Amino acid sequence: MAATLKPYLTAVRHTLTAAMCLDNFSSQVIERHNKPEIEVKSSKELVLNPVVISRNEKERVLIETSVNSVRISISIKQADEIEKILCHKFTRFMMMRAESFVILRRKPIEGYDISFLITNFHTEQMFKHKLVDFVIHFIEEVDKEISELKLSVNSRARICAEEFLKRF
Amino acid sequence: MTEKFFFGGSVSPITCHAWNKDRSQIALSPNNNEVHIYQRDGNDWKLTDVLNQHDLKVNGIDWAPNTNRIVTCSVDRNAYVWTQGEDKKWKPALVLLRINRAATCVKWSPCENKFATGSGARLISVCYFEEENDWWVSKHIKKPIRSTVTSIDWHPNNVLLVAGSTDYKVRVFSAYIKDIEPQPTATPWGKKMPLGQLMAEFKNSGTGGGWIHSVSFSSDGNRICWVGHDSAINMVDANSGMNVIKVKTEYLPFLSSVWISPTAVVVAGHSCVPLIYSFDGSTIIFNGKLDESQKREAGGISAMRHFKLLDSNSRLENSDTLLDCIHQNAISWVAIYGGDKSNATKISTSGLDGQLVIWDLNTLTRSMQNLKI
Repeated sequence: MAATLKPYLTAVRHTLTAAMCLDNFSSQVIERHNKPEIEVKSSKELVLNPVVISRNEKERVLIETSVNSVRISISIKQADEIEKILCHKFTRFMMMRAESFVILRRKPIEGYDISFLITNFHTEQMFKHKLVDFVIHFIEEVDKEISELKLSVNSRARICAEEFLKRF
Repeated sequence: MTEKFFFGGSVSPITCHAWNKDRSQIALSPNNNEVHIYQRDGNDWKLTDVLNQHDLKVNGIDWAPNTNRIVTCSVDRNAYVWTQGEDKKWKPALVLLRINRAATCVKWSPCENKFATGSGARLISVCYFEEENDWWVSKHIKKPIRSTVTSIDWHPNNVLLVAGSTDYKVRVFSAYIKDIEPQPTATPWGKKMPLGQLMAEFKNSGTGGGWIHSVSFSSDGNRICWVGHDSAINMVDANSGMNVIKVKTEYLPFLSSVWISPTAVVVAGHSCVPLIYSFDGSTIIFNGKLDESQKREAGGISAMRHFKLLDSNSRLENSDTLLDCIHQNAISWVAIYGGDKSNATKISTSGLDGQLVIWDLNTLTRSMQNLKI
C-alpha cells in the first residue's frame, strides 16, 4: 500500500509545481475586477485543461489551473461508514474556519472532500515551493489523522459499551 | 559581478521597473498604485519621488531616455505621462486611452513621439501628443485581437509593433500615425502600413500553446522572439520566410524575454533563473544560466540522507526554505541596464520576491567558457 504513495505524491508535486505559475490578471470581462479565473470561468482561453491524479478509486486529486489561480480538490480515502462520518466532520471543521487556513476553499468541488484555491496573491506572499509542500503534507497527514480519529472513536466506544454493560 | 537590491525595506513584489538614460535613477512599482523613483547614491538608493496618481495597481512603466518622460499604465484603465518640472518634481498628464479594462503594458516608441499600451479590452492604444489640443490622444488597433494583450514591443523604425496576447497568438501591427510622422519605408514585414494593418500573425504552437507572456523585436527589427506559457522559446526571422523556430525547455514558463545581441536573448520567469539562448537562423541553442549559485549541500552522509529521503515521501526538507538561486520567486521583468539591444553589457531583473538584481553579462560570459553571444 505504502509503495504506491510515493509515486502518487511525486506526481502531485510535479503537477502542482507546473500548475502554480500564476500571474496577476485583471478581469477582461468586468471593469476593475480581479477574480480567480478558475472560479468565474469568464473566458475559456484563460483556463487550462484540468488534471486528475488517482492513486486508486477513492483517493484522487483534481488540479484545475487558470491564468491567475489554481484549484486543488482532494478526495480522501473512506473505507467504511465511520471513516465517512469522520472525514465529513473533519473537513467541515476546517472549511468553517477557512479564513484562518488562507488557501482553503469554503466548499469542496462536487465529488471531492476538500478543495484549496491558490491565487497569484498567495504565490506573491508565500514561497511557492512551500505551498506545494503544504498540499503534499496535507494529503499525507489527512489519512493518518482520520485513522487515528477512527481508533480513538473505536476505543471510546468500547469503554462506553463496557461501562454500560457492567450494569447488567 | 551581480548586485542585489531591496527597495524601501519591503519584500513586496516589484511589478515592473524602468531606468533613466544614464541609469542613475530607477522607477519601480511595489505591486500597488504607486511608482517610486529612486536615485542611486553609491550602494544605496534614495527615494526622490513618489508618483501616486493612479488608483489601482500599476502594470507598466517605461522611461523615455532622450525626452526624459515616464509613462505609466495601470489597472484603473488610465495612463499618465510624467514630465519633470524645474523643481525636479514629476508632473502627470492624463492620456485618453479610451479603454474600459485594465491597461497591461506600455512602451515608448524608439523616437519617443508616441507610445503604445496593451489592455484587457482586447485592443492596443497607440498614443501621441496633439499640439493643438495640448493633450495625449490615442488611436486603437482592435482587429483581430481576441483576448488580453500581455506584452508589446516596438520595431526600430518607429512604426511596427509586435503584440502578444492570451489568445495564444503573436501579431505584428502597423502603428503608423500619419498626422505626426512621414511615410514609412518598406520592411521585410511588408510594404503597405496603414494604422492597424496586420503585418504578420503567428500561433504559439499548432495545438494552442498557452498564453504569450513576452514579445521582443531584435535590434535590427527583422527578428521576433517570444515566450509563452508552454515553457518554449520561439523566434521568427522575417528575412527567412517567417518560419517559427521553437525550442521547448525543461524549465517552468518564462515571463520576460529581451534581446541582448543580434543573435542572443535573455529569458527569465517562474524558474527564478535568467537563461541565455542564441539563434543562428535555423536553430535555438541554450548558452547558459546567468545564476551560477551552487546547490547548498544538505547535511549528513549520503546513506543517512538516503534513508531520510525514503522517509520523507517526496516532501522537501522542512528547513530548506530558500531556493538555490538569487531570486527567491518568479522573475517578472527583465530590462537592459548597460548597452542596448544590439550589445547589452548588463541587465537588471526584478520579480515577486521584491529583489532587483543587476547582472554583468561581460564577466559572466567570461566565466562561462561555452557562452558565445
